[in-house]
Amino acid sequence: MERKFVCIRCPQGCEITTTLNGNGAITEITGNSCRIGADFVKAELTDARRTLTTTVRVSGGTRPLCPVWTEKPVPKDKVLDLAAQLRTITLNAPVSAGQIIIKNAAGTGINIVASAPVMAPGGK
Amino acid sequence: MNTTYDVVVVGAGPAGLAAAIEAKKTGAGDVLIIERNDEPGGILPQCIHNGFGSVIFKKDLPGPAYAYNFIEEAKTLGIEIVLDTMVLNITPDKKITAANSRDGFLEFEAGAIILAMGCRERTRANIRVPGDRPAGVFTAGTVQRLVNIEGLMPGKNFVILGSGDIGMIMARRLTLEGANVLKVVELMPCLTGLRRNYVQCLQDFNIPLSLSTTIKRIIGKKRVEAVETVKVDESLNPISGTQETIACDSLLLSVGLIPENELSKKAGVILDPLTGGPAVDENMATNINGIYAAGNVVTIYDLVDYVSKAGMIAGTNAALYTMGKSSSPKYYRLIPGDGVRSVVPQRINTSNIALKSSSTEILIELRVLHEFDSKVFIDIMDGDKVLYSHMEKYARPAEMITLRVDTSKLAGATGDLTVVVSSK
Repeated sequence: MERKFVCIRCPQGCEITTTLNGNGAITEITGNSCRIGADFVKAELTDARRTLTTTVRVSGGTRPLCPVWTEKPVPKDKVLDLAAQLRTITLNAPVSAGQIIIKNAAGTGINIVASAPVMAPGGK
Repeated sequence: MNTTYDVVVVGAGPAGLAAAIEAKKTGAGDVLIIERNDEPGGILPQCIHNGFGSVIFKKDLPGPAYAYNFIEEAKTLGIEIVLDTMVLNITPDKKITAANSRDGFLEFEAGAIILAMGCRERTRANIRVPGDRPAGVFTAGTVQRLVNIEGLMPGKNFVILGSGDIGMIMARRLTLEGANVLKVVELMPCLTGLRRNYVQCLQDFNIPLSLSTTIKRIIGKKRVEAVETVKVDESLNPISGTQETIACDSLLLSVGLIPENELSKKAGVILDPLTGGPAVDENMATNINGIYAAGNVVTIYDLVDYVSKAGMIAGTNAALYTMGKSSSPKYYRLIPGDGVRSVVPQRINTSNIALKSSSTEILIELRVLHEFDSKVFIDIMDGDKVLYSHMEKYARPAEMITLRVDTSKLAGATGDLTVVVSSK
C-alpha cells in the first residue's frame, strides 16, 4: 500500500510517498530531500505531532494577550484540548519571553511557554 | 532624537530591523528607525504561529520570538527607534518629514535612507466582489490582529476567500479559538500558499478547500448572512449552475499583498510594474543615490528569513554609501525571460561585482509564470550564452525561487542578462 504525505518540517514541503507492507511497516520512502522528511512520515504513521501556538489572556499588562507555544510538538490529538484549556487561563503582567505558562501540559511532558514578553505599564 | 542621522530606516518590521542592525555593524554612526505602530516588529507580533527562522536561526520559531531576537539586538547596538510616528514625505536629497502626537511635525536629514515599509493587503475593493455591503467582510490580516493582539473575536462562522498563507493560517487560528471555518475557496486551480500550510492548517482540522471557486455575491443587510460561491472554468469565468449558498456571518479575504510604495514614489524611486516595488540592484540600491529598499516593499516574499536577508544587504550597503565606500555603477539589467514572471534584483552593478572580494554570492529571487510539474532549469543568459544554471525539482508560481549566484559566474557578462525557466 502507498501513502502520500506533504512534509511540514520546513517551507519546502516535500511530497513524500511511503510504501507499506501488509503489516503496516514501511518498506520504502521516496520524494524526501533530507532525513527530516523520512523522520516526519515515520512519525505521521505512528505518533503524529504538531506545535500548538495560541494566545493567553493577560491582566494588568500593556497588551491584553500573550502569545504562547508548545516548546516541542505535542501529540496531534491533544491540540484542540490544549487550545481550549489555554482559553480559560489569565496571567498577570509582566510576562517574560520564554516564561513557562503550563508545565507538563496535559501530561505530555512538554511545557507551554510565552513566545514574547508582555510588560506591565511603565515598562517593567 | 537628533535631526541628522547617517542612516534612517522607514519601518521597524523584519526588513527594517535587520537593515538598521547591519548598517550599525558595518560602521554607520547614528541609525534611526521610524515606525508608525506602537511597537517594533512589523507584522511579526501578530504572526503568533511558528515556521519562522529556518534560514537565519536554523530554528522553528513563532513570529513574536523571531522579532524579539532582532528587537533586542537593535537595542543592544544603540539603534534609536521612534514609534507611533508616520513618515509623510521623503525627498530625493534624503530629507524626511514625519509627524506624531508627542512631537508634532518632525524633520530629518539622512546620509542614506532604507525603505522598509512592507506591504498591505488587497481588499474587497481591489478584487471587486459583488453583492451587499454589510459588516463582516475582513482582510485576513485584520482578523489576525483582532484575534492575536487585541483579543477580539469578530465572528462565529467564517468563509475564507483565497488559499494564501495568511488565509490558511487564520483558518486554523479561528478554529483553535472556537470559531467555525466552513470552507476555504480559491479562484486558481492550485493552492496559492505553501503546501505545508494546507496540511497543518486545513487538513488537520478537516476544513474543506474548493479550488477553481470564487465568491459570486455577498448577501446580508447589516451583517454578512451568507456568501454565494461559484465554480470557474480555465479562463476563470464563472460556470453557471454551479452556485452554492453558504450561510455565514464573516468573510475573510486572503487575496494577495501589495508593496506599499507611496513614499518611494514621492522620493522619485522608480518602481518595477512586475513586482510593484522599487527596481533595485544586487545591493538593494534604488535609482536614487543613497536610497535603498528591502523586504516586502520591494517584492512579496514567502519567508520572513529572506526579508531579513534583504534587509541585511540594504543595511550593509547603505552604511558603505555613507562612508563613501561605494563604486560608481555600471549596470546590466536582469530581465525576466521565458517562463519567468518577475526577478529581483532588476539590475546588477558589474563594477561592484568586480570589486567584491569577500562577498562572492548574490541572491536572486524569482517567480515563475505557471506551474512546472517536473524538473526545471533556471538559466541566466548573456545572449545565447548560459552564465549560470540551477536545477529545481519543480516550480510553482506560489513559491519564490531563491538563487545564490557566485558573482564570478557573472563577471564576464557583456550586456543585459535574461533569466529563463525551461523543462528542457
